[in-house]
Amino acid sequence: MPTKLEARRVGIHYRRQRSGESLIAVDGVDLRIASGEFVAIVGPSGCGKTTFLNAVDGLLPIASGSLLLDGREITAPGPDRAMVFQQPSLLPWRTVTGNILYGLEMQRRAGTESRSTAKRLVELVGLRGFDDSWPSELSGGMQQRVNLARALATDPELLLLDEPFAALDAQTRETMQQELLRVWNETRKTALFITHDIAEAVYLADRVIVFTARPGRVKLEVAIGLPRPRDLRMKREAGFVEYERTIWETIREEVLRSEASPPAAVA
Amino acid sequence: MATPSGQLDTIASPAEPQALVRRPTDARDRAMRRHEPTIIGAAAVVLFFVVWQGVGIIRETAPEGLALGPFKFIAPSQLFLPTPLDIARAFQAYVQDGRIWKDVAVSGQELLVGYVSAALLGIVLGLLIGWYARLRYALDPFITFLYATPRIVLLPLFIIWFGIGVESKIAVVFLGAIFAILINTAAGVRNLDVNLIKVARSFGASDLQLFRTIALPGSVPFILTGLRLGIGHALTGVVVGELVAAQFGVGQMMAVAGATFQSSKVFAGLFLIAGTGMLMTFSLQKLEQRFEAWRPRPN
Repeated sequence: MPTKLEARRVGIHYRRQRSGESLIAVDGVDLRIASGEFVAIVGPSGCGKTTFLNAVDGLLPIASGSLLLDGREITAPGPDRAMVFQQPSLLPWRTVTGNILYGLEMQRRAGTESRSTAKRLVELVGLRGFDDSWPSELSGGMQQRVNLARALATDPELLLLDEPFAALDAQTRETMQQELLRVWNETRKTALFITHDIAEAVYLADRVIVFTARPGRVKLEVAIGLPRPRDLRMKREAGFVEYERTIWETIREEVLRSEASPPAAVA
Repeated sequence: MATPSGQLDTIASPAEPQALVRRPTDARDRAMRRHEPTIIGAAAVVLFFVVWQGVGIIRETAPEGLALGPFKFIAPSQLFLPTPLDIARAFQAYVQDGRIWKDVAVSGQELLVGYVSAALLGIVLGLLIGWYARLRYALDPFITFLYATPRIVLLPLFIIWFGIGVESKIAVVFLGAIFAILINTAAGVRNLDVNLIKVARSFGASDLQLFRTIALPGSVPFILTGLRLGIGHALTGVVVGELVAAQFGVGQMMAVAGATFQSSKVFAGLFLIAGTGMLMTFSLQKLEQRFEAWRPRPN
């Protein structure tokens, strides 16, 4: 499989709003994602995993190293990437259809066929009949479905997901995980998924990458050998639990280590 | 929407849209509930005027006062408190002698020109100030100074500059209304949801696209609040401006009527102005409903 995304010794600095001092959020991340692969990054909170994702999206500049998408340096947001945000972040004054087409409009790619694109995506994410609903009329899980459809509408090369189910209740979260796998199965987009939920990472991904505590580095990579299509029942099986336990112990080690040391400033 | 497997599906899978519609209740019951605020409000107003008119009836039937147990209620004189019917008669006379048309035309012109120009400039400037921090830093001292000053105190200056015609009143109305509109609009832009800005940026939106699709619709509720507050300031400007110095206008009529002890006529002017304010606020509410179809409605 050709490489879709490649990170070479990527360092990202983070400026503290109040003191103005620069901290190292991500330090020397090496990462390679193959085309069509589903990769999840987990790590203790504040490990810079969301920062890394924002850099891949082009919202944040990197301080060192290089970040390549299809061999080209990432410098700004582009139509080849789309983000599913942690908060649904839907425009409240646009209907479901209007929100799904938002990205296409911003990229000046909306046209006569947009309406049918929106209709297809509404059905893909399981919201048939809600095309003209306002976001305020939808539940949290349904709003996240729109968030996902909006990202898919631009037909990106790389789908970025920033803890999209973190704010949902436990049952809705599991349903959404299963729905995401169903949608991913149909589109087979290369996906980079950020989460702090280990079971979620193991359940969704082909490969789970564990970040160290701040500054974030790659601590461990685990290839998940579970067959697809996956089922929620797998979460109770021994193989699954074993993956979960390995990752959990690595993260626990990191949490204990980070509690003993202050964040590193830029030299 | 059927997913391959898993009994959890039914929990979060969206229901059919009909499920969002409220359960049908008895039609008469629903109509009653919908009109309840109007019915109670109207009844209270009618009661208020009946009691007020009752004072006049007591004045005529018992000029010596009405004994209420140990207390004695003496109705105030007509000069002090005219009854609703007295006011209606004064209003009728005002219409019949034709003065009203000239006064309304003058006051209306002052209000309309002053308020509309305040709204246009206030919205544009507010958007710019909210968007460009440096412009805000530059204009903030002036806005703070003028907003803290009751704009009416500038009237003597405006009369020197523009005379006692409509121009000086337009200036007062304009300055009275613009700050509420401008400050609210700027606050609207500054209170935008950062998550939405991030979405726009992530999809590569230009500054202009960001402004048009996020900043402008996001500040509409604030702009409408500013416009509503501006109405009160504008009406104050018209009336007080005319009280100080004018040849025509509803405020000028009230000043003359007050100086000549025609309290019924003063009240007639008061109702005319209050009615105008209520009408403007009502129109704005209608506009608000049009703009905010997306807002969640209680129940």
